[in-house]
Amino acid sequence: MTTLTDDTLRATPRAMRDEMIVFVVMALLLASVPFTGVYPFFVMQALCFALLACAFNLLIGYGGLLSFGHAMFLGTAGYCSAHALKVWALPPELGILVGIAAAFVLSLITGFISIRRQGIYFSMITLALSQLLYFIYLQAPFTHGEDGIQGIPQGRMFGIFDLSKPTVLYYVVLVGFLAGFLLIFRIINSPFGEVLKAIRENEPRAISLGYRTDQYKFLAFVLSGTLAGFAGALKVFVAQNASLTDVHWSMSGEVVLMTLVGGLGTIFGPVVGAFVIIAMQQYLAGFGQWVTVIQGSIFVICVLTFRRGVIGEIAHYFRRSL
Amino acid sequence: MQALYAQLLVGLINGSFYALLSLGLAVIFGMLNIINFAHGAVYMMGAFVAYFLLNLGGINYWWALLLAPIIVGIFGMILERTMLQWLTGLDHLYGLLLTFGIALIVQGVFQNYFGSSGLPYAIPDQLKGGMNLGFMFLPIYRGWVVVFSLVVCIATWFLIEKTRLGAYLRAATENPTLVRAFGVNVPRMITLTYGLGVGLAALAGVLSAPINQVRPLMGADLIIVVFAVVVIGGMGSIMGSIITGFALGVIEGLTKYFYPEASNTVVFVLMVLVLLVKPTGLTGRAA
Repeated sequence: MTTLTDDTLRATPRAMRDEMIVFVVMALLLASVPFTGVYPFFVMQALCFALLACAFNLLIGYGGLLSFGHAMFLGTAGYCSAHALKVWALPPELGILVGIAAAFVLSLITGFISIRRQGIYFSMITLALSQLLYFIYLQAPFTHGEDGIQGIPQGRMFGIFDLSKPTVLYYVVLVGFLAGFLLIFRIINSPFGEVLKAIRENEPRAISLGYRTDQYKFLAFVLSGTLAGFAGALKVFVAQNASLTDVHWSMSGEVVLMTLVGGLGTIFGPVVGAFVIIAMQQYLAGFGQWVTVIQGSIFVICVLTFRRGVIGEIAHYFRRSL
Repeated sequence: MQALYAQLLVGLINGSFYALLSLGLAVIFGMLNIINFAHGAVYMMGAFVAYFLLNLGGINYWWALLLAPIIVGIFGMILERTMLQWLTGLDHLYGLLLTFGIALIVQGVFQNYFGSSGLPYAIPDQLKGGMNLGFMFLPIYRGWVVVFSLVVCIATWFLIEKTRLGAYLRAATENPTLVRAFGVNVPRMITLTYGLGVGLAALAGVLSAPINQVRPLMGADLIIVVFAVVVIGGMGSIMGSIITGFALGVIEGLTKYFYPEASNTVVFVLMVLVLLVKPTGLTGRAA
């Protein structure tokens, strides 16, 4: 069986150097956005999804586990942060922490359940668990059902940064995104990340070498879910609401699509994929349900002809690790 | 008590759909090693084809029961020939992603033309009305759905477990290369298997059209419940899929009566419990 990702390129010092250069370029480009006249709301939204896709990619690209329920972390963190900010009137930094903590607890529970089955069953279980949560949030009083939690106060981060100013909010979101991205980058290049890749390539062999593969996969799941929760908490400040769309299965599908378009198991692919898909939704918003048809077509085209994704193809062409 | 029996009947009907759909998923998974995410979409197509046949062609329910699965089955076989067959040898997950994309396309196209509201499909004259069984009033159409689904499920089980064609199928599931060496056209069998699985889903769609109305998203949420059913029952055994499907439908019906708030979630909760107690599923082997 062929593996999901093209990993003929090893983590060498040169690869690390390439990746750091691309990272610095990406950070500088993103930092200059407020001076270019690009609509900052669009970029902030894309950054939240990019972080979510990177967290998702940690699980599939490096752990070989396709979660079809990552929206549950996004939505749970979103609801909990929103509730903390609006009802408990917590300051933004604590609101984010509440969201992350909620996603952490949720990923402990769902990880414990779903990691018990492999491959295709894992995807179906995560999908079913997220649907279970969807119905719970639909009925729970604190989420306000179909209306969602609206009009969330943005407040002052650490009492200094006024998040209701778009530029300030933009840089806070950017710093959050870059911090999450660097953490994922660090995890991938750590000994833990190497073991994870070994498990993805050949699990029986990893077991025979004495690794407790279930524990590694569980830890990867918890890290991925918690980081996805961080994305969900940040998104609350951008969208100023938390609603059922964030927990719906179609959101989980979108995350998969972003990562697939950008390149499974590439470091920068999910970021590119998130920007492509969010931009597409923005420009095609007037076409109604055709957006769904186009997204489906992209899935089909990617799987049939373009499995490496944008960044994967570029990396393959230049024989670089990106 | 009346309400309890009524919910049990609803449960049995939902159970018939779960059984037909998870049966199709299991058959497809056995041969193609693909989880067919488009299963909910083809279920919906079955209902729509029946609707078109009636309203555009004047073809009644009974013919639709035969024609819709064939038409949708052919659509499935075209999908298999043009797309799915290229995934042979790749990771399972690509099959899931591809069929998810197909589901989005099909559902999106139908949503464009028909919105999200339901289209009515009348119960055929012969099955209108109801029977008084003494302890409850049984609408004939609903009884028909349960009995007919059961017959189709058993027939499929018989086809796969007891006939020569089924023996080839099972052999090709175990070792396709060897079966090809015996001169059996395995790729054609794979195509027919996909057509069969998809046809079963379309049949469930036709059966549900008079009960649930014809809606573009009628299969989208259902397929997730069916996935949970498949996780609970495991895909190793045909009979296992049938029994699990009906049993979960009944449990869901009982939940609707005793604790309606949990009726949407009970199947998922059961899935979690089964995973905690017996991770391989009730009838399944290790994945």
